[in-house]
This record gives sequence, C-alpha cells and structure tokens, in this order.
Amino acid sequence: MIGAAKSGHPGGSLSAVEIVVELFFNTMKIDPKNPQWPDRDRFILSKGHAAPVLYAAMAEAGYADTPIDKLNTLRKLGSVYQGHPDVRYIPSLEASTGSLGEGLSVALGMGIAARLDGRPSRTFAMFGDGEIQEGQIWEAAMAGAFHKLDNVVAIVDYNGIQLDGFVKDIMEVAPLADKWRSFGWHTLEIDGHNPAAVRKAFEEAAATKGKPTCIVAHTIKGKGVSFMENNPKFHGVAPTPAEVTLALQELQ
Amino acid sequence: MPAKTKFEVKLGPATREAFGRTLAELGRENKDIVVCDADLSKSTMTTYFAKEFPERFVSCGIAEANMAAIAAGLAYAGKIPVISSFSAFCMNKGFEQLRCCVAYPKLNVKVVGTHSGISLGEDGPSQMSVEETALACALVGFVVISPADELSCKALFRAAVAHKGPVFVRTGRPKAPIIYSADRKFEIGKAIEVVEGRDVTVIANGLLVAEAILAAGALESEGISVRVLDMHTVKPLDRDAIERAASETGAIVVAEEHLVDSGLGVRVAQVVAETRPCPMEFVGINDTYAESGQTEELLDKYGLVARDVATAVRKVVARKRA
Repeated sequence: MIGAAKSGHPGGSLSAVEIVVELFFNTMKIDPKNPQWPDRDRFILSKGHAAPVLYAAMAEAGYADTPIDKLNTLRKLGSVYQGHPDVRYIPSLEASTGSLGEGLSVALGMGIAARLDGRPSRTFAMFGDGEIQEGQIWEAAMAGAFHKLDNVVAIVDYNGIQLDGFVKDIMEVAPLADKWRSFGWHTLEIDGHNPAAVRKAFEEAAATKGKPTCIVAHTIKGKGVSFMENNPKFHGVAPTPAEVTLALQELQ
Repeated sequence: MPAKTKFEVKLGPATREAFGRTLAELGRENKDIVVCDADLSKSTMTTYFAKEFPERFVSCGIAEANMAAIAAGLAYAGKIPVISSFSAFCMNKGFEQLRCCVAYPKLNVKVVGTHSGISLGEDGPSQMSVEETALACALVGFVVISPADELSCKALFRAAVAHKGPVFVRTGRPKAPIIYSADRKFEIGKAIEVVEGRDVTVIANGLLVAEAILAAGALESEGISVRVLDMHTVKPLDRDAIERAASETGAIVVAEEHLVDSGLGVRVAQVVAETRPCPMEFVGINDTYAESGQTEELLDKYGLVARDVATAVRKVVARKRA
C-alpha cells in the first residue's frame, strides 16, 4: 500500500500489526456488518500515521466502507484511504485522527458516554511512544484515572523511534510504565509482537475494575522487514519498488 | 423594538448567567446533554447544571485541550456535549483540539466561551479574549453566535443546542443592558433590526448593541437617521440584511468588542464588497491588549462606547455625502 502511494509511514504500521490484529479478530466485540451497533467496542488509532495497518485490518474484517481491492489507492486523490484516518470517508472508523496526542482524550469521552448509558462497550486507544511527548496525553492520563474509566484501555506502541530519530535522543519518555502507574493506571508491560501476550493483556484489562489499564507494548519499528527494523529512516518514508518486493518476500 | 429616543440602559443578568440558567433547564429536557468544565464552573455558571445533574457533569480540571477532545468522544457516542470556560482559554488553549477533533469530523459539540472581550474587567489581558470570534470563525462548519442580552442569549443558546453540528457561543462577564422584551423571536443567522433608520446602518453585537442604540438616539438630534442591526450570528452572516443595509442606507458602521481587524467587521465588509460596496467604518479594539480596570472604564478607554460609535457614524455619513 505504502509503496504504491509512494508516501506514508511503514515502520509504525508494522510495529502495531499483532496488537491491531488481536483487537479486530479476537478481543473487540464488533460487527463489521453493523458498524454503528451501539454496544460495540471501539478502537482509536491515535497514532493516525499508522493508518495502513488499521485499513488493512478493517478491510479484512469486512466493513463495507473499507474495500479490500482499493487498499492500493492509499493517499490518492478521492480514495477513502486518506493519509490519516478520516471518518468523512470511512464512517466505520471510530474517530478522525492524525494530530498527535489527542486520541486518548477522545477515548475517555467515549468511555464516559458508555458508562452514562450503561453499555458494555470498551474503548481502546493506541498511541506511539514519541506521541506521548504531547502534554495532552498526560492531561488524559490524569482524567482517565480520576474518572475511574475501567472501560478504556491505552496501548503504547513502544518502538523507540520517532520521525527525527531514536526517542531517547529526541525527548526521553522512560520510565514509561512507572509514569502510567504513578498516574493511577493499571499498567502492564508486554512483548507487543507476541499474540498470546497481547491477548492475555487485554483479558487482564477487562478484569481490572475501578481504574483504566495501560498496556506498554514493547515493539520493533518496521517489524518483519529486516532492512526496516529499528531503522528511523522508515518512520515516514515509503520504500522504493525494489524495497517493496524484498519486504513482501520477507513478510510472506 | 425599543424606541431609540426613549432607550435607557437598564442592566439585566450577564449573558453567562443566562447561559448557565438555560443549560440547567435544557438538562431537564434532554438527558443526552453532558457538560464539561475546566475548573471554572462557578464563573461560567455551569454550576447550576452540575448541582442538578452531577452524573452528567464531567470535571476536566484545568486542561482545556483534553476537555475539547473528551467532548469529541462524547459526541461520537451520541451525546450533546457542552464545554465551557473563559473564551480566552477554551478557544486559545483548546483551539487545535476544536479543529482536529471537533470541526474536522463536524461533531455536535457546543462550546460556550464566557468572560469574552475586555469587559471582564479587573483580571486583565491574560484572561481577556479579544480574538475568540476570529478563532471560532476559522473552524470549518462552526456556527458562531454572540448574543447581546439575557433573553437573546437564552433563546440563541437553546437554538445552538437544537442545531445539529458544532457551535460557539460568546458570552460575557458583566451585567448586560436589556435590549429585548419577552415576545421577541430569535433565529440563528437572522439579524434583528433593533432601530429603524435611513441614513446609515450600525451593525453590532454583544455589548455594542446597546451602545449603538444610544448613539442612534444621540444622532437623531443631529438629523442623522441610524438603523441598528443586532448581528448576533457572526457565522453564517445574514447576507440579506447586510445587502439591504448597504443598498437602503448607503453607509455602514460595524461595532464589536473584539480585535477590529479580525472579527465581525471584516466579515461584514466582505459581504458588502461582494454585494453593494459603500463607505464603511469600524469600531473595535485596535491591535492592543487592554489592562485591568472596571468594565465601564475599559470600554470607555478602549473606544467601545456610544461616543465612539457616533464618531464613526458621523465620519461614514460625511464620506457618503462627499
């Protein structure tokens, strides 16, 4: 998709694959044929630049507004597959995102609404480790714990790389789990590429009452493609046609 | 319609008070209304709602950006969130979230800014919003309303909540001069002719409506017949009323408690330029941050009283006759 678009963010999509797949194909109670079902669980991709992984998951899940045969129109004029998720084009998306630091706050609003209505819906918000340099994330961290939103799960895709380089060199965010614990969140650290660990973490979040859960998922940017792994170059640069061929061979 | 010659300034409740009372009423009528506040509920008057409906009152702490995005989440889930703070904070500190989380997906969020303009008084410029109308109008799809008095604020806030889509309502701290009687009807996007006149039109909103009526009364003795329009809706503008004013009176003054180069005035001027070009003058705040003081002192010092409206009217009429 990103190769065809000649622009996009491959690294951050690949680091999130196992988590997004687990959510859409196991953990979340969703009905792609009835996307507005009020009791559904919701996923917000706060790191909106990883849109390709979300689009691919939704297309595979069978939402009517995410046709699988159009995935390669990503970022092209008129495509529903906008550069960042846009509910105007794909109403089945839970939120338009792309400006970093905002998705967790939106998830809190959904969590509050579900509680007011007595609905079982859970809301999952995924953001990047660079993204949490935004102050609003910490406003949301305070608010989520204060309002005891145990129907909200935060997922940090802790791949250690942001656009300009390694997170530790741009603005260190460690110790991440300690920060979330001190803000009052039930906090887990997992290998974000281990499907069993990811599933178990979401189960533990569901069983945790009275406080929201934060899953710090240790991941590898560009996971699965040798020349992209842990390479800051592939935060926001599309692979060349030759690199696409190589990457697809490795991912098979 | 108040007869201009008999208009006396009689103060009624502040528009923020009218908002707070109406919000509590609406809370009884519509269980989907959820209110978010950033530690100013006793000033924004959302406290009336909070006392009656604590479960639907979301305390966000002093965190306006988070508040705006929480409201987006509530709206996605079908609620009608009303978020409130001083205009200076909910618009300036929450602007990016209002843009990306609310305006961009066009969500049904109501933003009510209180303590707008310099009339909030003693707290001074850090709390004074002089640019909220410009910011609100720059949010795509937002309706922007600036009521003049208690009754218009109550009715227009009700209309804002009934409207499907994002709305900004600008309210103020001080007691507001009473302009309207109970039988008056208000409609979003429909200006109100509060004084009839032939020679020139003053288009005003907020506290400047009363000043414009006073100016119209004073100018009558000089033989100048002044029409006064309350342009309570800044976006979308009542283009018909503006075009009629331009063609029937041939001269327009716009008066507002806002930076003069980015508020109601420039928006009206655009419509005039597109329809019936005519001489115009502008009354507003001239590229400055004000200072601490009492409301009346500040409005006087920064050129926002009837005297300043009258000066602008004489000037525009002279240009028209030249």
